[in-house]
Amino acid sequence: MARRFASLLIKNGTLLITFAIFILEYFIGGQLYPAMKQPQVFFNLFINNGSLLLVSIGMTLVIISGGIDLSVGGLLALTSVASAALLKLGVSPAIVIPLMIVMGIAFGGAMGSIIHFLKVQPFIATLMGLFFARGLAYIISLRSVTITNSFYKYLALTPLHIPFLSKVYIYIPTLVAPIMLLAAFFLAKYTRFGRTVYAIGNNEQSALLMGLPVTRTKISVYVFSGLCSALAGIVFSISLLAGYGQFATGMELDAIAAAVIGGTLLTGGVGNIFGTLFGVLISGTIVSILQFNGTLSSWWTRMSVGVLTLIFIGIQSFFYSRERRSQ
Amino acid sequence: MNKTSLLDRIRGNRLTLPLAALVLILVFDAFYAPSFFKIRIQDGHLYGNLIDVLNNGAPLALVALGMTLVIATGGVDLSVGAVIAISAAMGAVLINPALGNELISNAILTRDATNTPLPIILLATLAAGSLCGFWNGFLVSRARIQPIVATLILMVAGRGIAQLITNGQIMTIYYTPYFWFGNGYILGLPVSIYIVAAVFLLAWVLVRKTSIGMFIESVGINAKASFYSGISEKNVKLLAYTFCGFCAAVAGLILSSYVHSADGNNNGLNYELDAILAVVMGGTLMTGGRFSLLASVIGAMVIWTFALTVYTLGVPANALLAAKAVLVMIVILLYSDVAKRLTGRLFRRKGA
Amino acid sequence: MEKSAELLRASNISKSFPGVTALDNVEFSLRRGEIHALMGENGAGKSTLIKVLTGVEHPDTGTLELENKHIMVHSPQHSQELGISTVFQEVNMCTNLSVAENIMLGREPRRLGMIDWNAMEQKAKQAMKRLDIEIDVSRPLGNYSIAIQQMVSIARSLEIASAKILILDEPTSSLDVNETRLLFDVMRKLKNEGIGIVFITHFINQVFQVADRITVLRNGQLVGAYEAKSLPRLQLVAKMLGRNISDLEAVSKTKKKHSTTEKKESLLEAKGLGLKGSLEPMDLRLMESEVVGIAGLLGSGRTEIANLLFGIDDPDTGSVTMQGRKVERFSPLDSIKNGIALCPEDRKAEGIVGDLTIRENIILALQARYGWWKHLSSQKQNEIAEKFIKLLDIVTPSPEQLAKNLSGGNQQKLILARWLATNPHVLILDEPTRGIDVGAKAEIQKLVLDLALQGKSCLFISSELDEVARTCNRIMVMRDHKKAAELPGDAKEQTIMQTMEGSL
Repeated sequence: MARRFASLLIKNGTLLITFAIFILEYFIGGQLYPAMKQPQVFFNLFINNGSLLLVSIGMTLVIISGGIDLSVGGLLALTSVASAALLKLGVSPAIVIPLMIVMGIAFGGAMGSIIHFLKVQPFIATLMGLFFARGLAYIISLRSVTITNSFYKYLALTPLHIPFLSKVYIYIPTLVAPIMLLAAFFLAKYTRFGRTVYAIGNNEQSALLMGLPVTRTKISVYVFSGLCSALAGIVFSISLLAGYGQFATGMELDAIAAAVIGGTLLTGGVGNIFGTLFGVLISGTIVSILQFNGTLSSWWTRMSVGVLTLIFIGIQSFFYSRERRSQ
Repeated sequence: MNKTSLLDRIRGNRLTLPLAALVLILVFDAFYAPSFFKIRIQDGHLYGNLIDVLNNGAPLALVALGMTLVIATGGVDLSVGAVIAISAAMGAVLINPALGNELISNAILTRDATNTPLPIILLATLAAGSLCGFWNGFLVSRARIQPIVATLILMVAGRGIAQLITNGQIMTIYYTPYFWFGNGYILGLPVSIYIVAAVFLLAWVLVRKTSIGMFIESVGINAKASFYSGISEKNVKLLAYTFCGFCAAVAGLILSSYVHSADGNNNGLNYELDAILAVVMGGTLMTGGRFSLLASVIGAMVIWTFALTVYTLGVPANALLAAKAVLVMIVILLYSDVAKRLTGRLFRRKGA
Repeated sequence: MEKSAELLRASNISKSFPGVTALDNVEFSLRRGEIHALMGENGAGKSTLIKVLTGVEHPDTGTLELENKHIMVHSPQHSQELGISTVFQEVNMCTNLSVAENIMLGREPRRLGMIDWNAMEQKAKQAMKRLDIEIDVSRPLGNYSIAIQQMVSIARSLEIASAKILILDEPTSSLDVNETRLLFDVMRKLKNEGIGIVFITHFINQVFQVADRITVLRNGQLVGAYEAKSLPRLQLVAKMLGRNISDLEAVSKTKKKHSTTEKKESLLEAKGLGLKGSLEPMDLRLMESEVVGIAGLLGSGRTEIANLLFGIDDPDTGSVTMQGRKVERFSPLDSIKNGIALCPEDRKAEGIVGDLTIRENIILALQARYGWWKHLSSQKQNEIAEKFIKLLDIVTPSPEQLAKNLSGGNQQKLILARWLATNPHVLILDEPTRGIDVGAKAEIQKLVLDLALQGKSCLFISSELDEVARTCNRIMVMRDHKKAAELPGDAKEQTIMQTMEGSL
């Protein structure tokens, strides 16, 4: 029993460290700014970073499969502008939201197909996807488009109170990210699809020779990322009640950083959905701490996330090389 | 088959595709936007869209040069935009270090003078960029961090550093000799073209007249075998990244000189993506290996010519991004195996 | 319906690629419960035939019959469904996933729609038990040796429903004697269960240990299929080569010519050289004009010595002197400057730079020695390239051909050319004849002896004892990371083997 526990510890080493750092960070924040100890602050992390979390989840699976998806920010922006424009024309949300999801899936499918069938490198293909998506967003509207639809307003402004905690609330769209998180975790660990993703990330040639459905899986992983980006766009546009082509610039990098901090290796084959959750929470906490401080400019956020990512990669390569040398 | 036919040699040459793309766009312009080719002479200087392409495309061409070497070693440098911003900030600050909390009269701030001699400014700017490149190279070669991740850090933190240097402000430059780099003319052509030519020459000598070029390609193709053959993978990569930082610094110099300012937020925005595209269009694989400096420069020209064509045609600026995406996608497809097989079959059917 | 004895029959199989006919009207048959060896030199068509049988390639002409039923294999996945499983030389599995997962990948047991991890581990344990192997199946595959990984690969192949045919492509290349014995036990067990095994190998000894029938291919054509019992070794080699093996005899004659009793200078001396975890401290002395062999099982320390002497690894004890001077810094570049060269074991990963031309590959190490700024002129480069292409008889239309287009044997010669171009005093060769045909093997062995005649010192590491015995003046035997013994050059193969195993 103890040995099982010990092996579990070793196997999930990076995850535990990430978790520990999050707890530590939060604790320090609480010590520095007592106002941070309010439970609402914790839930604000989910409210404010819902889109980033969604996008990061999709990104994690793609990176595990050995690829990368740089188009996520662009697709998010496109989704937000497209929905805002459609809503302005009077189209009902009951049509807009499913339509956006379909668009995200189609976009992801296109990315995956280009990467797999035309053998274009993921970096380049999704970079083009980023340009294209954001470009389309600009074509729809260069300026921000406000959303006045009542259903959207309802979703944006109706608080859901947390049971057992007074005065603590979240919003309905906040739930989307945690639900997708659980779905992704389930996919990754308990479905053949998920295990095939890990296999492809380790050695695509081997996966093919082992008879795994490589084509289907590779494309599906980008479809999933497209779906996550579209959902993120919907959540984002609800939260800000607007659609704008310049939304989420640089979010792809934040998503990659979150995945890396969470223990996902950019080389593929290794990764953890819950790690990504903590990756997002960690950078979210930094932002919170800086907000509570109030004096430091937002550039410090970017820099500290950069430094943090650096530290994490250092830890990762240390652990990883240790593990490899022990073989 | 003992002799490769002229057709095969053209197909095999690295310069073919980017040149063809350039020619295609120019031909298109000849028909649909002839104003593109208008060149007029004013005050002994050449003006016109074509000149603009060369002038505005100069910073991109420079960054593409540096990026080529980095990509050839199997890496990538996402921080070039940030390095441009840092270098520009360094230059601006040295010209006018009086800023921030001190109360300075407007007259002094906008004085056409510099607090540091121009050569020192140039040196500092180039040194700043090269140091950034060296830092990237150090992370990649010594700390063994993946290039995307290593340069991502500077990309994210770099703009913050640029802001720190200028204390969060956009600094306007008033020192006229500094403007010469981005706006001056020699023998009728913009100075920036000469600068690109000079750096190109330097790069070319460095990689083809020494063994550095072959070592870069060898490391990019098979780093382990290169190590076994006595090549220092670490030093080769360090050089490549440092040179990339150097090129970004020169680009930053030209850019800030051209717009008379240093803006930590906007200088060099999206340059990394355009530079990577230019290199890829030039036929260098992202996995590393064989490269061609000239092809990358032509790739940069293609991107700029395309952008300017779109603008000249009156297509709204907001469509440029999507159009650029489509352009590069077409080029990528043309390079892909699928296309090679199709064209191979086409040419074979025409006769052995 | 009576089960026929014949399991698989391939008839009139032909397959061509642009510029080369890989298979020309080849026949192959496999019986139930037999181990059938498929042999031939490089380029004979063995791998193409296997690719046809497993659906990686589709034949231009010909038919396949499985249990007397006509079949067409569409893809690797399809071949597995038909019951044809393959285990390749490079283990094609996922090292980041656990052993259990690798065995069950694609067919993981499920409960309520979710993967049942416990059931998976149980099934995996059973699968390994069938091969008489017990390991912790929950640990990542990458934690285990290549030999175990191959066993896992075999276990997976058998797990897949009704595996009738098992194809093993060069399975013993990375295995030592014990591991090979283990593999053969497994093969015999499976044979007795009625499975047909196709065994592709270069090692003639192993073929006669375990095969029932032997099919020989040469230049894409079938030479013949024979009962192993009735085929003498010499005849087998002759059929593979299509000529007499007088070359090999010529090598032995050359060695006898070279053996002299002159006093020789010591070129390289290592005292107490060791690295924790890789090599116990040992002494080594290389004199000029001699060939010293290193024999030993895989993992006994053979490649480790080479890597330490050449500077790939840093020793933590001991010292090395080269021509009387102490070696201060250990790196490949320093070694090259000191006149030491290493022709590495894995030519694909450690030797060939595929997209560079043959010329560039040849001058690479030499240029590294000159450094960044002293650039060899094109004329000089061409001179050197032509010289060594001629000397080693590298088959290529021009020195500007890309190295990756050369055949395995020519690639090995290319690497050798690179190191010869640096004009070393000491040449370390780690498995220089692995995976190349008998003709080229003989050429390289002769070359090594010629180098010794020129005054150089060669360290010849090989797992093929007959090679070592044929070419070396002295033989060092390694065992368990330390030097077990030093034997004279005319030691019997039997003696060498027993020293390697530890019984002597």
